[in-house]
Amino acid sequence: MSRPTPLRDVHQSLGATLTDFAGWLMPLRYGSESAEHRAVREAAGLFDLSHMGEIFLTGPQAGQALDYALVGHLSALAPGRARYTMIVNERGGVLDDLIVYRLGDEEFMVVANASNYEKVAGELRERAGPYDAVVEDRSDRYALIAVQGPRAQEILATLTDADLDGLKYYAGLPGQVDGRQALIARTGYTGEDGFELFVANQDAVPLWHAITAAGEPYGLKPAGLSSRDTLRLEAGMPLYGNELSAELTPFDAGLGRVVKFDKPGDFVGRSALEAVKDDSPRRRLVGLVARSRRVPRHGYPVTKDGVVVGEVTSGAPSQTLGKPIAMAYVDTGADSGLAVDIRGSHEPMDLVELPFYRRNK
Amino acid sequence: MSNIPDDLSYTKEHEWVAGLDDSTTVTIGITAFAAESLGDVVFVQLPEVGSTVEPGDSVGEVESTKSVNEIYSPVGGEVTEVNQSVVDDPGLVNSDPYGEGWMFKVRVEGDPEDLLSPEEYTALTSGES
Repeated sequence: MSRPTPLRDVHQSLGATLTDFAGWLMPLRYGSESAEHRAVREAAGLFDLSHMGEIFLTGPQAGQALDYALVGHLSALAPGRARYTMIVNERGGVLDDLIVYRLGDEEFMVVANASNYEKVAGELRERAGPYDAVVEDRSDRYALIAVQGPRAQEILATLTDADLDGLKYYAGLPGQVDGRQALIARTGYTGEDGFELFVANQDAVPLWHAITAAGEPYGLKPAGLSSRDTLRLEAGMPLYGNELSAELTPFDAGLGRVVKFDKPGDFVGRSALEAVKDDSPRRRLVGLVARSRRVPRHGYPVTKDGVVVGEVTSGAPSQTLGKPIAMAYVDTGADSGLAVDIRGSHEPMDLVELPFYRRNK
Repeated sequence: MSNIPDDLSYTKEHEWVAGLDDSTTVTIGITAFAAESLGDVVFVQLPEVGSTVEPGDSVGEVESTKSVNEIYSPVGGEVTEVNQSVVDDPGLVNSDPYGEGWMFKVRVEGDPEDLLSPEEYTALTSGES
């Protein structure tokens, strides 16, 4: 049985198509996923992301524990700021990609993907063992609601006195939204400006209704996982299980910049990653734009002159480009004359650098 | 609850067949249930006019944002016409699956197999939804 989020009844009353995702019963879409995608690019979308995991590290050495457990330099993070980082195994393989928020001098929140958070929580407990820090998985207590899109700030400003103007990208602060305590974070997974609101489970439904009412004049729509996936694909953001896996290092994924070798002390995966950091990668993650209307999908071979030179990791029709797009690992040097084998038909593709879409700031 | 017209026949693969009782040429499309399950349809590939199909043959595909599904011919015979409008505007499959979103026509040879009545198809989809 899939676990429902605190917002399940709301999704059902909105007529959502519900789907099992990583063991959770989640809204795939409410109506047309294309309309939801457009709403996020042009106005705003409201997402239930309560399936994400929230793991807290508290204590005098919480920062050092994270420096050892993750590839990033988290003890250097200022309170109120957030970082995109990864947890790897001893071989340097990616176990999950994470966002870490420093909530205070001795308090961090690690947000992990739904499919991985139990694994991440277990690893963090083990890795933090020698440090003066307490690891607590509080995923069951928190709902996560995201408001994403160019009108997101205007909408949220009607419900909070928090200083949204002063809240930078990748920052978070505690505040009241519609009279409810929330961690308000300027983060997201759509390529748009937006906010993620971490709230207690019992506040999720009233907050959802308040944001829906406030957003109505601005064109806000509830948006499901289907549009979330096409939005993040256009924005060139990796998805664990597609672009990232335990078989790949951060360098393989083109995300070597998240590995901070110059931080103090050892960290899990350091020696394995040191050994490969200067290697020329055999394949790199690129964008493909289809010339035809058939959609390259996860797992389809990328070919050049009939020879397989790569594999698609994610693909979908792009609203913004009006053509199918894909992310793919492709042999270094193979950058023209590419095709994707779409069920036997070799459909020509143009290689582009990621992302496909970048918002005007 | 999806719309299931009572004057059509259906397949387990969520196609509908029109004109079976009063014509040798039938019209085939996919059901509203199928269209809703797929989400926004972005690409439709149909069989060639003049080709001969057997019941159960994969004759085309319907692609949506999230998935691709094959179209099977519920009947055997010669493809006499395909709906170019649905190729040009795949969204017709979502907006009007039993009308403008029809897919292709077949001049039927032999007896179609395993078609479902509206009641049987309703039972099938209520089990799946």
